Amino acid sequence: MYHKEYISQKQLEYLKKMKKRKCLVRSTQVLILIVFFVIWEISAQQNIIDPFLFSQPSRMISAMTDMATSGILFKHIGITLYETVLGFLLGTIFGTLIAILLWWNDFISDVTEPYLVVLNSLPKTALAPIIIVWLGNNMTSIIATALMTSIVVTIMTVLNGFLHIDSDKIKLIQTFGGTKKQVLTKVILPASVPTIISALKINVGLSFVGVIVGEFLVAQYGLGYLIVYGSQIFKLDWVMLSVILLAIMAAIMYQLIVLLEKKFLKWRL
Amino acid sequence: MSSMVELKNISIHYHSISGETKAVSDLSFSVEQGEFVCIVGPSGCGKSSILSMLAGLIKPSEGSFYIHSKTNIGYMLQKDYLLEWRNIHSNACLGLEIQNKLTTENIKRVDELLELYGLGDFKYHMPSQLSGGMRQRVALIRTLAIQPDVLLLDEPFSALDYQTRLYVSDEIGTIIRKEKKTAILVSHDISEAISLSDRVIVLSHRPATLKSIYNIDLTLEERTPMKAREAPEFKDYFNKIWKELDVHVS
Repeated sequence: MYHKEYISQKQLEYLKKMKKRKCLVRSTQVLILIVFFVIWEISAQQNIIDPFLFSQPSRMISAMTDMATSGILFKHIGITLYETVLGFLLGTIFGTLIAILLWWNDFISDVTEPYLVVLNSLPKTALAPIIIVWLGNNMTSIIATALMTSIVVTIMTVLNGFLHIDSDKIKLIQTFGGTKKQVLTKVILPASVPTIISALKINVGLSFVGVIVGEFLVAQYGLGYLIVYGSQIFKLDWVMLSVILLAIMAAIMYQLIVLLEKKFLKWRL
Repeated sequence: MSSMVELKNISIHYHSISGETKAVSDLSFSVEQGEFVCIVGPSGCGKSSILSMLAGLIKPSEGSFYIHSKTNIGYMLQKDYLLEWRNIHSNACLGLEIQNKLTTENIKRVDELLELYGLGDFKYHMPSQLSGGMRQRVALIRTLAIQPDVLLLDEPFSALDYQTRLYVSDEIGTIIRKEKKTAILVSHDISEAISLSDRVIVLSHRPATLKSIYNIDLTLEERTPMKAREAPEFKDYFNKIWKELDVHVS
């Protein structure tokens, strides 16, 4: 299984076929993207759609180069990225820590359960204005909003992961005379790495929601600010550009987590 | 010979919201040093509870038990429960790690055990790359690594398919005899019990009480679990215990 062996002609053909299929899928995906932007561009040029309301790729590119030369674009991107990364890292770290606390003490866990359930179904962005009133008109409020959106779901996902670990693995540690702390460090935490990483994946998206809503409300910089400001002064080029940049950023961050997953979860393959 | 383990009038009750379950009732027996004792009984009769109690995981509701002072206990569970994120060597060292006994000397012993029982080449493999029988051997080495004086085996072969099971129980039984350990095995497989042990303790349906004790004397030149099955007395013991267990299929 792990040795290089003779590969039959049939197997080679099969591998070739699979490779071809993969190529076809990938090129179709790229093609759809290109066609989408080309149709957008042409229909704007032919005035089929109003470029003032719908913008168009060429205008977005010129808006981007303008903002890139003045350097302001990188400031917007940088700030949004910083807030998002901080938001989802803090959300995951604190969420996991609270999940550990709840696992450790089932009294607290039982008491807080209904509150967590309610908090989980509450749209956290509804709290954004309150957070801004409390923490002020600044970046802290935005990060706090991002944190709020991801922390509750992290607590629930991670705790649920903890509780679904085979109780006999815990028994195994106890048969060696292991303490509760050893159960946590030798079994619960390492076994929960997949759960924590999947929480991380969910949190990327949630944290972006929190950051953009926060930026809608208070920011002077950031892509959320650019979207809201652009729509107010009918600069749809800025709005569309920001949305596309957000999509690219989210995709890159997601891929980074997938890489992390591959690095840490070799044993699952 | 001195008593290694002694149970006196042990009762174990479990409590839950829906009621109280009596798992074990007024059970007494003792195990000598170096002896291999097997406890058989119908499934769900509370056999495992006895091992959990001896390992200190649960307390008896009534009665008392005694384990020879300074005895280190090794416990083998129904499945191997190897931790998938650790390699074989690191899994075998888990017990030592928990008991803070990761000395170079002990690690060397683990290496020797792995080598001795045919796992030397798999030290740095992950558990998922090993067969069921090999994994069970790793689990045994993990237990032996802490140098237990008493081994508690809770149906350690039940997760394996029949052929692997015969092979692994033969192998592990031989290893335990070679290492001269005192062992208490819980099983519901009568032939496994007879082939492995010096004494078979038969328990009743729940709540488990002592039904009878059989001393297994087999005329054999060399006592290995596999050969034991060929001994002339094997069938008699089997029939007696089978009747004693009083299995009703209803």
